[in-house]
Amino acid sequence: MAPMEYLIESRTIAVLVDNEPGVLARVIGLFSGRGYNIESLTVTEVDAAHGLSRITVVTSGTAQILEQIKAQLGRLVPVHRVSDLTKEGTCVERELALIKVAGAGDKRVEALRIADIFRARVVDSSHSHFVFELTGKSDKLDVFVDLMQPLGLIDVSRTGVVAISRGAKAL
Amino acid sequence: MATEQLTGAEIVIRALKDQGVDTVFGYPGGAVLPIYDALFLQNEVKHILVRQEGGAVHAAEGYARSTGKVGVVLVTSGPGATNAVTGLTDALMDSIPLICLTGQVPTHLIGNDAFQEADTTGITRPCTKHNYLVRDVEDLPRIMHEAFYVAQNGRPGPVVIDLPKDVLQLKSENYLAPEQVKHRSYRPQVDGEEEQIEKAVEALAKSKRPIFYVGGGVINSGDRATELLTEFIHLTGAPCTTTLMGLGAFPGSDKQFLGMLGMHGTYEANLAMYNCDVMMNIGARFDDRVTGRLDEFSPDSIKVHVDIDASSINKNVMVDIPVIGDAERVLEAMLSLWKERKYNLDKKSAKAWWGRINEWQAKDCLSYVQDGPVIKPQHAIKRLYELTKDRKPYITTEVGQHQMWAAQYFKFEEPKKWMTSGGLGTMGYGLPAAVGAQQAHPGELVIDVSGEASFMMNMQELSTIAQYNLPVKVFIVNNQWMGMVRQWQQLLHGSRYSESYSDALPDFVKLAESFGLVGMRCEKAEDLDRMIQEMIDCPRPVLFDCLVSQEENCFPMIPSGAAHYEMLLGPDDSAARPISDEGMVLV
Repeated sequence: MAPMEYLIESRTIAVLVDNEPGVLARVIGLFSGRGYNIESLTVTEVDAAHGLSRITVVTSGTAQILEQIKAQLGRLVPVHRVSDLTKEGTCVERELALIKVAGAGDKRVEALRIADIFRARVVDSSHSHFVFELTGKSDKLDVFVDLMQPLGLIDVSRTGVVAISRGAKAL
Repeated sequence: MATEQLTGAEIVIRALKDQGVDTVFGYPGGAVLPIYDALFLQNEVKHILVRQEGGAVHAAEGYARSTGKVGVVLVTSGPGATNAVTGLTDALMDSIPLICLTGQVPTHLIGNDAFQEADTTGITRPCTKHNYLVRDVEDLPRIMHEAFYVAQNGRPGPVVIDLPKDVLQLKSENYLAPEQVKHRSYRPQVDGEEEQIEKAVEALAKSKRPIFYVGGGVINSGDRATELLTEFIHLTGAPCTTTLMGLGAFPGSDKQFLGMLGMHGTYEANLAMYNCDVMMNIGARFDDRVTGRLDEFSPDSIKVHVDIDASSINKNVMVDIPVIGDAERVLEAMLSLWKERKYNLDKKSAKAWWGRINEWQAKDCLSYVQDGPVIKPQHAIKRLYELTKDRKPYITTEVGQHQMWAAQYFKFEEPKKWMTSGGLGTMGYGLPAAVGAQQAHPGELVIDVSGEASFMMNMQELSTIAQYNLPVKVFIVNNQWMGMVRQWQQLLHGSRYSESYSDALPDFVKLAESFGLVGMRCEKAEDLDRMIQEMIDCPRPVLFDCLVSQEENCFPMIPSGAAHYEMLLGPDDSAARPISDEGMVLV
């Protein structure tokens, strides 16, 4: 096993920011400028009354890099709070995917059967295609996409991870 | 007064006045004409016209660093803003509080590739602490005051306010005074955690071989912080070294001061860092120029790190006792705890520690031999120091060998006297910075210690010096080389001096005279003192061309990729110890 300081961990970090122009560019620029990884990033306004947006970043790095990422995010002027959801207790993580599968005959039936097993919903269809909507953890979505591959998968759109801590405490 | 109507440009000027701004460094252009018009109609805010926008930013840096106030820059859109980028990056790296007002094309043209349009907020996002694009004149009063708050609080830095021309011309009746504006989210932590402070003070009290490693953060924190630091160090009896940016935070001629540390720091400072058992880092950031090879950096010490910027903690060096807070507040708490508990360093260990330090000091690592008529650059700078020290001059520098020699041979007894481009290493910084420092301190002696190559990067500012009759002294240590580049080519690249010779230099005396300044040239060692004295006594701006020996190298030196104990003390050392492959890739 690699020594602790070289161990690469994955973290989900929630960042509460002022919803002002350029704030997303600031966060993304920080990651690219300092060479940090972004595995997934989502952002949307969560509190219109107070003009607050919430950014969820899934990133990876050594413990030292992860601490740096949080400190660097924390010193951006429009950032209110940075929370390491992975480290500070457990959290619920979800992602939504829209998956388009085209085909006919047995493959079409099989796609629908597997979608049923995964509790994916059909949100659009014709005689030659389905669009499935699937929510869950990212790895579940990965598996579903893999299974659809030989069954006529032609298009995938995913939201990236959103996450929230378990328990009664807010961010 | 709520019914008073002000244009955006008038709001800008009003806010500057309310923030106590007396000087703005700038250059006009189409997009900022409304502000220049508003400036014309008042007398409280003085405008210094530079000759290129880059000069305006460095001048504002010199102003800010020599006063402790916020420096203000005013430039136009497009090229005005892009020319400011180097200075903004410089200010960000060295934590200098600046406000840079940039013009912008009118809001309805933004994004249309209009004349002199640039995406200023996009370009400056990574090189400012924060930036704003003002889209509505109603937001302008808040943004102006917020920007001053952000620039000064926490770790200081530059803030850009991008001002579309239509916003400058629209009127608003909702001006806000500074005290009516409170930033929504930005609240830097200024008080260190008590528990951490206690741990730090206890570690220091138990130490046998302590050292204070002090950075520019102490100077940024304010004069009180440097007083507290000095009292604390005197009380403990521990040795102190400072970074390039920290020079002046602790008196330079104090017997507890070991000089600057790092790549061209003193032998005693670097060896004390390597051998210490407790390191008190106050407001420094473990820069690569300071640490040398990281895995050999002070391997046996407990490291205390006081910094207002949490992201400085554990960035390069893992520390044992981090204290996040403002240097003044933390030093105050540490000092009172030290006094309250009547701590003292163990006398026997302290004596042994100082004994070792005295041995390292006996190497006299900054010694040089001045013989013959050719002036050694070290000698030129040392004499400049000796002959000016009574005047307590403000010193700015450019970047390179002369900068390191100035850091080595000048002793700064107080903060805010030393202005140099530390983090970014911007050649051309010193001349405009001297403009800013002289403007802020009209009766004082301001010297730009320069090299001939750096000087030529921003020499257009001689015209600014002439226009305002600023009695700046520019002391060019002229070795006809980009000296530090040449030194590295000698040490790392087999003396293949690729493009580092300063060819086709102007006659600096005639150059000075053509701007209406005084030009002097000194070529012989025997003339040096007399001519320096003549320069100081001259009430006018002087360009002093000091011709020095050409191939002198700057020592001591920690070669790149080496550890503190692997210092080269002189040319003989460097021949004996070639630079490692890992060192070759470092800058």
